[in-house]
Amino acid sequence: MMEILHCTVNNKPVEVGIDPRESLADTLRQRLGLTSVKKGCEVGECGACTVLVDGVAIDSCIYLSVWAQGKTILTVEGLQNENGELTPLQKAFVEEAAVQCGFCTPGIIMSAVEIVGSGKLYTRDELRKLISGHLCRCTGYENILNAVERAVNETHKFVGKEEE
Amino acid sequence: MEVGRSIPRVDAADKVSGRAKYTDDLCPRPVLEAKILHSTIANGWVKSMDISAAQALPGVVKVLTCFDVPDIQYPTPGHPWSVEKGHQDVADRKLLSRRVRIYGEDIAAVVAEDEITAQRALELIKVEYEEYPVMLEPEQAMAEGAVAIHEEKPDNVLAKMDLRTPIADDRYENVEQVLDDPQFYQFRGHYATQQVQHCHIENPVSFAWMEAGRIHVVTSTQIPHIVRRVIGQALGIGWGNIQVIKPYIGGGFGNKQEVLYEPLNAWLTTQVGGRCVRLDVSREETFQNTRSRHPISFDVAAAVDKDGNMMARSCTAISNQGGYASHGNAIVANAITGFRQLYPDRIGHHSTAYTVYTNRPAPGAMRGYGIPQCNFAVECMMEDIALKFGFDPIELRLKNIMPLGYVDPFNGITCHSTGLAECIQKGREAIGWDELREKYKDQTGPVRRGVGMACFSYKTGVYPISLETSSARMVLNQDGTIQLHLGATEIGQGGDTVFSQMAAEAVGIPTEDVHIVSFQDTDTAPFDTGAYASRQTYVTGKAIKKVGLEFREKLLSYAAELFPEAKDLTISERFITDGAGEKLISLEELATTAFYSLEHSVHITAEGTNHCKENTFAFGCCFAEVEVDIPLGKVKVLRMINVHDSGKLINPALAAAQVHGGMSMGIGYALSEDMKFDPKTGRLLNGNLLDYKMPTSMDHPDLTALFVETDDPSGPFGNKALGEPPAIPVAPAIRNAVLSATGVAVNTLPLSPQKLVEEFTKGGLIGHV
Repeated sequence: MMEILHCTVNNKPVEVGIDPRESLADTLRQRLGLTSVKKGCEVGECGACTVLVDGVAIDSCIYLSVWAQGKTILTVEGLQNENGELTPLQKAFVEEAAVQCGFCTPGIIMSAVEIVGSGKLYTRDELRKLISGHLCRCTGYENILNAVERAVNETHKFVGKEEE
Repeated sequence: MEVGRSIPRVDAADKVSGRAKYTDDLCPRPVLEAKILHSTIANGWVKSMDISAAQALPGVVKVLTCFDVPDIQYPTPGHPWSVEKGHQDVADRKLLSRRVRIYGEDIAAVVAEDEITAQRALELIKVEYEEYPVMLEPEQAMAEGAVAIHEEKPDNVLAKMDLRTPIADDRYENVEQVLDDPQFYQFRGHYATQQVQHCHIENPVSFAWMEAGRIHVVTSTQIPHIVRRVIGQALGIGWGNIQVIKPYIGGGFGNKQEVLYEPLNAWLTTQVGGRCVRLDVSREETFQNTRSRHPISFDVAAAVDKDGNMMARSCTAISNQGGYASHGNAIVANAITGFRQLYPDRIGHHSTAYTVYTNRPAPGAMRGYGIPQCNFAVECMMEDIALKFGFDPIELRLKNIMPLGYVDPFNGITCHSTGLAECIQKGREAIGWDELREKYKDQTGPVRRGVGMACFSYKTGVYPISLETSSARMVLNQDGTIQLHLGATEIGQGGDTVFSQMAAEAVGIPTEDVHIVSFQDTDTAPFDTGAYASRQTYVTGKAIKKVGLEFREKLLSYAAELFPEAKDLTISERFITDGAGEKLISLEELATTAFYSLEHSVHITAEGTNHCKENTFAFGCCFAEVEVDIPLGKVKVLRMINVHDSGKLINPALAAAQVHGGMSMGIGYALSEDMKFDPKTGRLLNGNLLDYKMPTSMDHPDLTALFVETDDPSGPFGNKALGEPPAIPVAPAIRNAVLSATGVAVNTLPLSPQKLVEEFTKGGLIGHV
């Protein structure tokens, strides 16, 4: 019944026994202890379980773990450097008061990692669209947008790409 | 000054790094999984149940049904317990119920070794029902011959209130005579609100086990001490036999100001030998089986003199309570009170309220506690009066708003400070009200714009309607920092951060030197009833100030022992200094000495309770600019500004963030959120986050939060309520903006496209070329 999943999680090779019916969210939370991956609906509506698979943000609650075979997965636990310092994106969330209850936060940060990692500049409306797969009840998205916008702009100064 | 600083949240770094632990993150695994069987009828009885197939399924540990639970009815709302019987909450719920009162009633539970097995076992249970007609609306439940949903209330009316203020003009005997007096403008209106859900992103999960003969429950709640009490009541055991732990929680908004599945979870562990049982609640169950905001209808009448003075009003409110009493009549009572208070009538006021059981999922507390509903009614009414009788809508409000020194004739709550007029002025200027009203005056065409506004008042905490009490404890560390223990809860609003700031302010140390113990454990946390009623910065703030000052005195008196010659000791920049400003000893050295002194060792701590017997009003307003696509019935919010008088702000940046979230919730309430039911079966049709339209980032404009800082003399630091208020005035502001854009007054929520097309058609804007 069990299968072995080989993949890279937060920059480390991982081998873990999984039930082929289980979601990546459950594998990450329950077998690997990566509890930043939150579950708010389990049907891909709220975005709280967002992680990056090969650099692309996905809802891990509707992504079977067996699909992650050989892939590279990143969660919020994998963002901080070895000194434990927060990334500029995480700092932007802290300083822009973009965090309230914090339950949607790890998922939105992972989408923002993808957005910021593109090296492109975005308008506020484009950012609204890019984070619209995440539901947040605390913030009205206002300070979240401020944080993502700040991280996008700061990153663009260093690795800016022109629109393709 | 530590109060008034916009420091980052004390929990932000943990929350952006995934280290912050929420209930399910702490659950040991493997764990036994519980799942609940929900009824497939909305009104009736469970006649019998066959659990043999479920019981026989490998991996099933136990199947328990409504025939097995203790014969105890218990109350569930997060109110302080009343020692007076007459004021106790309605005890109308059992752990599992034979009497089916809503579609999805909890009728059995399975405990199994894994979730899939538990789910399969549920599907194997056979249920035989006796079925009654479904009643989703109060009119059905109040009709002659309607089946009683609870036998204690044969007419399905949980409570009725009738309140008349004293008549201030002896030419009249009652309000009705004033309302009929032809010398006044006479106004009649009907407004109604819909049922909506909190939509905190974390569902209310819990897990429970037994140890040393006691029951231990970890749960996502706003009210750990109340959860402990209700588990004791529901199981019929001593409250000391229960420990409740509240970790970080993923939002609450009032839904978790209710004891939800914790008593069932606690009972289930006792039925499986104390093994740890997790009771996860799906999003669909959260919609169907936890609380929501009451739909309330309002019939209002007003008499206004030629100068726009509000002379008298009446208001009849009917609140749809669903299948269980939950907070009961308290919410509609708050609604009619709020309706009355914002614009005190010069001659008199008459209000009537009914709370009626129906077969809907039971509503309870939700951000604003009846005030979003009454505020929709009162602020639609003001706008409609202004339009009908030719008053300027802002001037009409300014003429009638609650004055400084106002004392409520029933509960005595007093207006100790008000910046409402300044809030209105600030919002008016910020949005460019006068220019926009002029600009949008005579529009034609299918797409039109408008601006609207609404005001609100909101009390701070629940005194004197209920007990207000809070306790705090401060404990010195060897390095001169302190631990702050509270029973008050962080639920996402930023409580821990502002509590730390308030403690620092009172003691005289930097906020960085206050380590707040975020999780509440009822075995060790001081008593506080928890997060609700926008009470904590006010009520808990008073406890923190009181204990902080006592703690400070203890530090200073220990310093006085060490420096008997020194005069006028004080604390400054982590040092004890004397009257001349001379640094005598660092707090770290003082603390270490106090711990380890061979002459006088003492662990410096302070602990105390503040029984709060004060209340005050917070105020504010919302201004909204909208664009209405008439043929599509689509409203786009272009700009939105909330202006608040919450007294002194403890942390302005967090206050603004709190306001943004309330505005967002208000946008959903105004335009898209609506729990929809099948009238035949009573089944909730859109109980998930796809079909229930909570606003996304695409549905918002940029949100602007402004403040008018009054210094409230009753607040511990000049502060008053802020948590719930931002959500209150948004829906009527949007409704009034749509009215100004189109001339069509929509009197029910939400302003969904379907309803707007109907209303615009009725109003002649669609279909008449």
